[in-house]
Amino acid sequence: MEEKKKLWKHIKAWVDGEEVILDADKYIITRSKKVKKDWRRQFSVETIKGNTKLYGFLSVAISALFIGIMLSVVNDLPEFGNPSNPVDNEVMERYLESGIEETGAVNFVAGMILDYRAFDTFAEANVLFLAVMSVVLLLKKDKQNYSEKEERENREDDFFDENEKRPILKIGGKILAPLIILYGIYVVLNGHLSPGGGFSGGTIIGAGLILYASAYGQKKMQTFFTFRTFTLICVGGLLTYCACKSYSFFTGANHVGFEIPKGIPGNILSAGFILPLNICVGLIVACTMYGFYALFTKGDI
Amino acid sequence: MNHLGTNFYEAVSVILFGIGFMNLLLQNNLIKKFIGLNIMDTAVYLFLAAKGYVMGRVAPVLTDGIIDAYYYINPIPAGLVLTGIVVSVSVTAFSLALVQRLYKHYGTLNMDEIMRISREEEGE
Repeated sequence: MEEKKKLWKHIKAWVDGEEVILDADKYIITRSKKVKKDWRRQFSVETIKGNTKLYGFLSVAISALFIGIMLSVVNDLPEFGNPSNPVDNEVMERYLESGIEETGAVNFVAGMILDYRAFDTFAEANVLFLAVMSVVLLLKKDKQNYSEKEERENREDDFFDENEKRPILKIGGKILAPLIILYGIYVVLNGHLSPGGGFSGGTIIGAGLILYASAYGQKKMQTFFTFRTFTLICVGGLLTYCACKSYSFFTGANHVGFEIPKGIPGNILSAGFILPLNICVGLIVACTMYGFYALFTKGDI
Repeated sequence: MNHLGTNFYEAVSVILFGIGFMNLLLQNNLIKKFIGLNIMDTAVYLFLAAKGYVMGRVAPVLTDGIIDAYYYINPIPAGLVLTGIVVSVSVTAFSLALVQRLYKHYGTLNMDEIMRISREEEGE
């Protein structure tokens, strides 16, 4: 403050023509340096993170501010459930009114995501596949990233899986796993007729597989589900999906030339390609879910 | 315009989003951080589902052979929520795999500890 005053006095004197400032640059440099240092010391991220109380207070304050701003936005949003809202526009009318004719699916959402927006769903399946591949990359057991201690633990786990009784889990798994998988298959196959579809049904099948694996151990699972089957099902599902949906490219966007029989809406064999696409998606999702479980617990499928 | 009383689903989803964000900022444990991220995802699903609902209409599955756009709710947010769920599952699995590798290397899940140890290792 004092220095500032001094400089100001000097400048005033210079303007009045009373004296010449020889070392004004020095003043300015020292002043600006000091200010910069102060600013950095006050607002450095490290200091804030080091001060736990200040950091917590700031986090809560920022979140509360965010909630407040968003609530004021919600206040101005159109009314909940009002039929004349701008979201309920002609796109939705088109999907609902000509959906049955154009896709043949009784479940409008299935018709939408697997016919009108099938490439979006293809990308979703690809996202899942990429995720499971990156998890394989990070966690799959091999000699370089596995220590002897972990291997010993794994062997102990296998031993317990084989020899321990665990009657509730084993009998429960034996009875429940087939039922859960059967229900998942039902949900997948009825994706175009009732709520559900490839993603939810695939998750249910994956849950059944996880229950079986946790009851009987990885080794028994590997008698019918190895890494090879996993890759074959995933890649096969994706390729089948790609081939099924590429017909739109080859026949033009309006499906000219090669019309797939739509069947009677409501029958199980109807709705063009929606049923096979649902099966593909269901297989991919089931494999992915079980793959996540197996890789996270044992590091191997 | 004063719809805060009728838009309580949206309001709750916004508050949930804020809670998840706070969790993301405050927690030091990496797994708890990703739980916060998942709470934020859930808030977005709730928001989308609330936007798609229309009062007095039924779910978008053909019922009694009625083909009428004014009988069913909006099917588009359902598809968007599906996309969101898939992306959220993938991101969560990937990040948890990274956390597992970090834990194997550093022996802790605390982020500050991990930063400290990694800085020490770099310094040596």
